[in-house]
Amino acid sequence: MRAKRRRSLAATFALLPTWIAAILVYIGTMIWSVRLSFTDSTIFPSSNYVGFAQYARLFKNSRWLASLENVLIFGVLYVGGCLALGFVLAAALDRKVRFESMFRTIFLYPYAMSFVVTGLIWQWMLNPTLGIQATVRALGWQGFVFDWIVNRDMAIYTVVFAGVWQGAGLVMVIALAGMRGIGEEQWKAAQIDGIPVWRIYLSIILPQLGPALAASGMLLSMGVIKTYDLIVAQTGGGPGYSTEVPAKFIMDNLFERQNLGLASAGATVLVLSVVMAVAPFRYALAMRAGRMGAHR
Amino acid sequence: MTTLAHPRGAKPSRLSVGRIGLYAFLILSALFFLLPLYTMLVTSLKSMDEIRQGHVFALPDTLDFSAWKTAWSGACMGTQCLGVRIGFWNSVKITVPAVVISVSIGAINGYALSLWRPKGSNLLFGLLMAGGLIPYQIFLYPLVRLLADLSLYNSVAGVVLVHVIFGLPLVTLLFRNYFVAIPEELCKAARVDGAGFWRIFLEIMLPMSVPMVMVASIFQFTGIWNDFLIGLVFAGRDNLPMTVQLNNIVNTTMGERTYNMNMAATILTAVVPLAIYFFSGRWFLRGVAAGAVKG
Repeated sequence: MRAKRRRSLAATFALLPTWIAAILVYIGTMIWSVRLSFTDSTIFPSSNYVGFAQYARLFKNSRWLASLENVLIFGVLYVGGCLALGFVLAAALDRKVRFESMFRTIFLYPYAMSFVVTGLIWQWMLNPTLGIQATVRALGWQGFVFDWIVNRDMAIYTVVFAGVWQGAGLVMVIALAGMRGIGEEQWKAAQIDGIPVWRIYLSIILPQLGPALAASGMLLSMGVIKTYDLIVAQTGGGPGYSTEVPAKFIMDNLFERQNLGLASAGATVLVLSVVMAVAPFRYALAMRAGRMGAHR
Repeated sequence: MTTLAHPRGAKPSRLSVGRIGLYAFLILSALFFLLPLYTMLVTSLKSMDEIRQGHVFALPDTLDFSAWKTAWSGACMGTQCLGVRIGFWNSVKITVPAVVISVSIGAINGYALSLWRPKGSNLLFGLLMAGGLIPYQIFLYPLVRLLADLSLYNSVAGVVLVHVIFGLPLVTLLFRNYFVAIPEELCKAARVDGAGFWRIFLEIMLPMSVPMVMVASIFQFTGIWNDFLIGLVFAGRDNLPMTVQLNNIVNTTMGERTYNMNMAATILTAVVPLAIYFFSGRWFLRGVAAGAVKG
């Protein structure tokens, strides 16, 4: 009995650094930030509590409101675009094509690159004076206009392009793995019934990939809330506030505008939105994992 | 990944319209995915005179490698013109220790949490998983103050520490799921033979988990190399990683932008994770899949 306790003491000891990190960093700093969001801190933390004043200020701030709208547009189109393109690419690769692994490599490679690199590439391609617009005009189509990246109303969509280009491969990989797991019998049964191939993918395969696609959609959505580097590299939040996002708003107010209280309020809102988005999904997954674990 | 797969199943004897459409779609998609990489490459090999003519997709008239040389050893960040090699070596100095430490601690965590389960294991695991979901912005300011108190702010050691802390959730999860599948009898038998926590780990579990060490290391390496936020906040001016330096070079230059040099610097920043991706495709894929499970 004593020997057993001593041995598990080693295990407890081994977990000590992680306990310290979890309590001090995950919980400690979070409480500290939430606390700051209720103070009037500017450059330095203050302990002058002002209730929800920073939150009121935040939701009157036009830049913050613009950032929320942008992240919503970006998020819906980016996640939707990645899921749709990824699924279609996976279905195409699932049709027993030649050079499948080459195509797969090509579709996924952007995912290995950083958001900074992704943003800079697209910034260059979309450059109105020297990029795609200039090239098409040089070919003789003088009136061609493709200046989205410097156009207030369209700039956010250029970030969506870049994002989908970077992330669609992830969905493709996950969806393809799911399709390979679907039994041959279902295919045979559907083909005997004379159902066209596209219909089989849409009505039979797609529903079965639900959980896998939901998991990748979740992963992408988490990325949406954290979106920062892509915007900084590609548009810098501009023109104007037209591509501003919450994560960037918080960073700017933390480190450039010395608005500690306001930034902390923004960060708290961000965390709350993650919790609300993820909690039900994670709970369901944990339940399922628990049941699967019991079967082992 | 580098070898081409052989077509499986019965090959259609002739190309039907549907097959042609399928291949047309795949080839067009492949071109869409490759176009940015191609554009970067040709731009980096052109002279500025040629770039100003505005044929962004055209092949260079003459190959001009000078932009690559400037990007590596002469690109300016503010008044300091030492090229992206500074950021490259900073990234190496940050990434290598951060990967080694986070994978080691993650492996030990996964082992302890799955096969020993000391008191509080479930709570700790839950905290880690929750922590892995939270946007970093909420941790940043207090963490800056904390590291400043420890004299680690603006140092390589400080960034490494932050990367390790934020890498723990995923690496721990990977190893925990891996070790959970190992029969408990193995561990029990070793215990009966008198082997302790560390000996079982080093002599039995670690050798068994080499594939997972590979997956976790590749996942962490690309993630940390590609990081922007943590490097920006915690590294300090002298230790900025390559991604941050690249962004400063491209987005804060005064005067005319040297696009060829910018694109060369961008490729240089992407080349390390890309090389890892092309040469370790299978391991990379497993990491991606595991990351998806985490979500």
